[in-house]
Amino acid sequence: MTEILIAALVVTGIGLVCGLILVLADRFMHVEEDHTFTEIRACLPGANCGACGYTGCDGYAKALAADKEGALATNLCVPGADAVAAQIASVLGREAMDVIEQVAVAGCDGDCNATRVKYEYQGVKTCAAVKMLYGGNGLCSYGCIGLGDCASACPNQAICIKEGIAHIDTRLCTGCGMCTKTCPQHLIRLMPDVEKVVVMCSNHDKGAQTRKACSHGCIACRKCEKNCPTGAVTVVNNLASIDYSKCIKCNKCSDNCPTGAIMIADLSGIHRQRG
Amino acid sequence: MKEILLIIFAAVFANNYVLTKTLGICPFLGVSKQFQQAAGMGVAVTFVMVLATAATWPIQYYVLNPLNIGYLQTIVFILVIAALVQFVEITLKRFIPGLHKSLGIYLPLITTNCAVLDVAIANITNETAFLPSLFNSLGAGIGFLLAMILFAGVRTRLDQNTNVPKAFRGLPITLAAAAIVSLSFMAFSLK
Repeated sequence: MTEILIAALVVTGIGLVCGLILVLADRFMHVEEDHTFTEIRACLPGANCGACGYTGCDGYAKALAADKEGALATNLCVPGADAVAAQIASVLGREAMDVIEQVAVAGCDGDCNATRVKYEYQGVKTCAAVKMLYGGNGLCSYGCIGLGDCASACPNQAICIKEGIAHIDTRLCTGCGMCTKTCPQHLIRLMPDVEKVVVMCSNHDKGAQTRKACSHGCIACRKCEKNCPTGAVTVVNNLASIDYSKCIKCNKCSDNCPTGAIMIADLSGIHRQRG
Repeated sequence: MKEILLIIFAAVFANNYVLTKTLGICPFLGVSKQFQQAAGMGVAVTFVMVLATAATWPIQYYVLNPLNIGYLQTIVFILVIAALVQFVEITLKRFIPGLHKSLGIYLPLITTNCAVLDVAIANITNETAFLPSLFNSLGAGIGFLLAMILFAGVRTRLDQNTNVPKAFRGLPITLAAAAIVSLSFMAFSLK
């Protein structure tokens, strides 16, 4: 009995002494910590999506807390949107900045009315699997496969598959970019929600070839390029691309597109549901 | 003097904790990405090793042995080393904030570092006297530091190398490199 008692007492005693030393050390060598980090972290939604460019919410909060000069923007939290940006700004005592939210846009409008399949696929129902079989079953090898890898990756159920292609509900999209990483065709990209025209095609084939594959494809006719008053639209590698820094939202490119590959889009998601 | 040098050299080269005894691999792989961090970690481990021996040796000989409870060695040592590392962390935060910042999450890693515990236990099992024990710990720490620095150099070159096959990038090639570096230390322990 005494052996056990001695052993227990010795270990407890050593533990107590260690604890006491630590308490004293903490008392006498205490350093005032920066509370900014915890406060900012409390503002952030905690989704750890990485849309801000940091490794999770902790990373962004740490960077903001460490940023004494105020050079780091407070509006990088896309899922949190304006509300979070305002909170962070008030914690840091800075002017609130408007968040230009990012929304995902799937660059393909080749639904089942516009294009067909080149073979009947009966395997595992994921886009990634189909992609491995002769580059996909669509007649257009660049287009949306439509088995919804993006929809299952989306944490907000913002994507649904209608008529064989992905549709993104901009009201639900938080711009986290999960779908952009999952899409095996790399169709989905994030765009600022203030833009009005989008190229809804990702086909880089020559015009005649694209026309055979899909009636909504970009045939690289360059009408958009000629009609654009600011030179924002250029056809690169047989596909129209828009330089949004020059775009004045006149819609001349979409009005003149013979196949409807450039579309007017409302990305603002006016009644966006953000938590 | 000659004896002390001998102890240190043996601990640094022949009995190198990382490369010969394969202890303390976690910080060895985790912190060796950058030279500065690797050196900082090595210094911190050296410091903790010497301190841990200085604390655990008297406990073994003046508390555990007289009471015949030497079997509590492991648990008591872990307790003492954990408290010690905490103490070091608080001290660093107060007096050398720069080092504390760069070691940050690695200091708690030292708490459960098997190399530190093994140094403390080896000094007891080899029945080394107090002063030689301290030098042995110092040598072990310097050996760890040396391994960290060597490997940090290897890793910076590995990162620049674009010829590494895709499947081997990252941890696999790091482990292979660690194996090759430890091979080089075999020369010291061959009899």
